Amino acid sequence: MSKSNIPQFLVHSPKDNVGVVVVEDLKAGTKMLGVVTENDTTIHVTAKHDIPIGHKIALKDLKEGDTVIKYGEDVGRMTGSAKEGEHVHVHNHRTKRW
Amino acid sequence: MPTKTSATKKSKPSAGTSNLSFWGWRRENGRVGVRNHVIILPLDDLSNAACEAVANNIKGTMALPHHYGRLQFGEDLELHFRTLIGTGSNPNVAAVVVIGIEDGWTDRVVKGIAKTGKPVVGFGIEGHGDIATIAKASYKAKEFVQRASELKREECDISELWVSTKCGESDTTTGLGSCPTVGNMYDKLIPKGIHGVFGETSEITGAEHICVKRAATPAIGEKWMKTFQAYQAEVIEANKVDDLSESQPTKGNIAGGLSSIEEKALGNLEKIGRTCTFIDVLKPAETPAQGPGLYYMDTSSAAAECVTLMAAGGYVVHTFPTGQGNIIGNPIVPVIKISANPKTLRTMPEHIDVDVTGILRREMTLDTAGDALIDMIVRTSNGRLTAAEALGHREFVMTKLYRSA
Repeated sequence: MSKSNIPQFLVHSPKDNVGVVVVEDLKAGTKMLGVVTENDTTIHVTAKHDIPIGHKIALKDLKEGDTVIKYGEDVGRMTGSAKEGEHVHVHNHRTKRW
Repeated sequence: MPTKTSATKKSKPSAGTSNLSFWGWRRENGRVGVRNHVIILPLDDLSNAACEAVANNIKGTMALPHHYGRLQFGEDLELHFRTLIGTGSNPNVAAVVVIGIEDGWTDRVVKGIAKTGKPVVGFGIEGHGDIATIAKASYKAKEFVQRASELKREECDISELWVSTKCGESDTTTGLGSCPTVGNMYDKLIPKGIHGVFGETSEITGAEHICVKRAATPAIGEKWMKTFQAYQAEVIEANKVDDLSESQPTKGNIAGGLSSIEEKALGNLEKIGRTCTFIDVLKPAETPAQGPGLYYMDTSSAAAECVTLMAAGGYVVHTFPTGQGNIIGNPIVPVIKISANPKTLRTMPEHIDVDVTGILRREMTLDTAGDALIDMIVRTSNGRLTAAEALGHREFVMTKLYRSA
């Protein structure tokens, strides 16, 4: 795979509404290539924030109370909002458990 | 109990998997170890100093200091004995010198380890003092280590290997890369007859509906769910003051991009692959008794506690996926680190044994990554020191269930 085909983010399942940034030093404004690992399809999202490697981006607009889906499963709720391409992390996402 | 199979099996490994035999030490009870340690094992905290003195006197032996062993009772005491006896009984251990403050409980550990048939002896300190005890124990330790140094490895089929797993300082890359690499390894090696084990009861929270379906039968699933629910009730709900953020997930997990226990749990469970099912639920440090296959062990998710319990259960090689760079080792079991995080490989590569960062770049498939891990398991079993061994990591941590009497 040539360098230009290396994805900036990966998504576990086509059901997911978040993806994971897998490159270092990702800057806001980057037009990102994403790959859904379950079915090997590609998607494109523009990063709205500088997002550290390993951190999540919203694949669609998410609002407070929405369920965050990753691995095709419920991984908690939004406690704030995130528009497509924005950072989803502990400032706007919490567990539904404990 | 393990079956004795021919030690000189000549059958060639199947295509796609290389070198599916390894060179290990066959112990008196038929189990095979991949290390040949002579350990000086304290019964209790008070005996650490004597054990360390013996290990200092006699080169090639190793003391395993720990913090507990006094005034424990009930299930907590049983777990203490099970962990010490299991550690001494592990086939990576050739011989054991046990030292305790008094003879009674010391002898209980000695008798437990003696069931394996390996050389083991105990010394109580009371009535003799440290100096005389250290002298007597040192003579025996010298005898044991010289005997162990003449034992030879023999070729063993991969099915004789017991491989445990637990991940640590996880991040989102562990769920994408290093955990499914372990899962791919289990999907390939469990059908070949190895023993496997996973655990981390608190860290299945959010993935329990998936885990329970991976039990081999509904009855095993029910046993697992009872174990899971008991941990939630007795440990988490009984003691929590908030939603455990910064403990579970840890600060390191959060720095790596994880933001809920559910997200962490789903990544964690990638370690059991796609096809294998677990055939029993073990108590902490319990030895599997249902033959080859994958087991679940009820453990905490703290790395050193969990790996210590799995080693006491009889596992001889540990596979440890990490994202942010957990540096754990174990005194008697080689801990193989697998990471898919390029930042971790760039900033602390000396801790990582298997680099699977190619998975994130889509340059490496899980199948290839699984094969790379199997290759490293075999090389490690044959004697290659892991990063943790070379760096001197010997974290030995007893699990304590409640305060002592």
